[in-house]
Amino acid sequence: MKLTLRVWRQKNADADGAMSTYEVDGISPDMSFLEMLDTLNEELILKGEDPVAFDHDCREGICGACSLVINGDAHGPERTTTCQLHMRSFEDGDTIDVEPWRAAAFPVVKDLVVDRSAFDRIIQAGGYITAPTGAAPEAHSTPVPKPDADFAFEHAECIGCGACVAACPNGAAMLFTSAKINHLNVLPQGAPERETRVLDMVAQMDEEGFGGCTLTGECATACPKGIPLMSITGMNKEWLRATRKAGKR
Amino acid sequence: MARTVWDSSVGKKTVMAVSGLVMLAYLVVHMLGNLKIFFGSDEFNGYAHWLRTLGEPFLHHEWALWIVRVVLVVAVVAHAVSAYQLSRRDIRARPSKYVHKRARASYATRTMRWGGIILGLFIVWHILDLTTGTVHADGFQAGHPYQNVVDTFSTWYGNVIYIVAMLALGLHVQHGFWSAAQTLGVGSRARDRALKTVANVLALVLTLGFVSVPVAVMTGVVS
Repeated sequence: MKLTLRVWRQKNADADGAMSTYEVDGISPDMSFLEMLDTLNEELILKGEDPVAFDHDCREGICGACSLVINGDAHGPERTTTCQLHMRSFEDGDTIDVEPWRAAAFPVVKDLVVDRSAFDRIIQAGGYITAPTGAAPEAHSTPVPKPDADFAFEHAECIGCGACVAACPNGAAMLFTSAKINHLNVLPQGAPERETRVLDMVAQMDEEGFGGCTLTGECATACPKGIPLMSITGMNKEWLRATRKAGKR
Repeated sequence: MARTVWDSSVGKKTVMAVSGLVMLAYLVVHMLGNLKIFFGSDEFNGYAHWLRTLGEPFLHHEWALWIVRVVLVVAVVAHAVSAYQLSRRDIRARPSKYVHKRARASYATRTMRWGGIILGLFIVWHILDLTTGTVHADGFQAGHPYQNVVDTFSTWYGNVIYIVAMLALGLHVQHGFWSAAQTLGVGSRARDRALKTVANVLALVLTLGFVSVPVAVMTGVVS
């Protein structure tokens, strides 16, 4: 396959960026999108140019490191992560636009790499449970009803890649935050911090400069792990419950 | 607690949802009241007069109406201020646009902000036209709403402003009602279809109900 790539190039956080055009040839349809970028980078290095910086790690679709907005879609045209997107999703001769996640809370570090540590700070605000460390406890000592376990697992699938923020026209992190809150709040292990978790994580989300939800549904459409839009409804419900309880105290 | 709600983006959305539902409830009553125009001037003017005597003798003349007005003004202001502040936050959160553009979300969803501004301007014109009579077409007569309505809808601009605003209202309600349900945490997978249906029906019935009045005046059904 022969492709024309238009890639966002930006030297560092303070520099102005722009789209640069590159031609790549000899791309196999079985290559992943990242392997295609590797091919481009090898050529750039041989030519003595600066390779395109992009985030990647496991390349198995489970770590949440890879990003990229491809032709206007977070993680590209398939509902998966960029590392699991294959070149057979494109046609020979296509022009492909590759851009970084866009959000005030995710500043560009270089080229296609953005700083997602705002997510880490949201997790630090309450995305954990208080539990004694040490040997794993007996699994049956804390029974969890099957529907609750399924609900928690559906939300636990979030890999924190930030596609929801990238896709949201408001740069909101509601889907990420709600996935984490719903995952822990439904489980007995998460019960002690049920109220403080939602209040603190939502407050941190606002603090980081993410936008608000206008229910466009773009986040859930872009999410490679299929976190449902209703997750946000669940977080709103938990937030209202916690606010009422805090008011009574 | 009020502080927590107002300072949080989720809390401000709650304010928007509640104030929106208050206005929506009023609109349903208002639309039904408007339909009385099809039963002649006596019934329509009589209904308008009854609204002023509502609650008597417990309430003084027009007090019920003023209570409704105060509640509505509070709702409109709360809705508009939260919308403005939330929109500012949203725009700040996404300062650079994508080079590769594509249409996002449904038409109703994308037009919430502009639709809201249109509705806000419409409310001002509507009150100046049919409540105070300040910008009324020809000879506003207090206490004769039937004649005033016919006057307004006998002008081309009266019809255009009104019908455009009512179409904007339909779109606003369609996305707004369902969104309010999500913001208040009452949405769920099981209820989603029902909520979307209610939103669509409310949007359609309100728009058709309101638009039927200018159409009736234009076609001579009401004169």
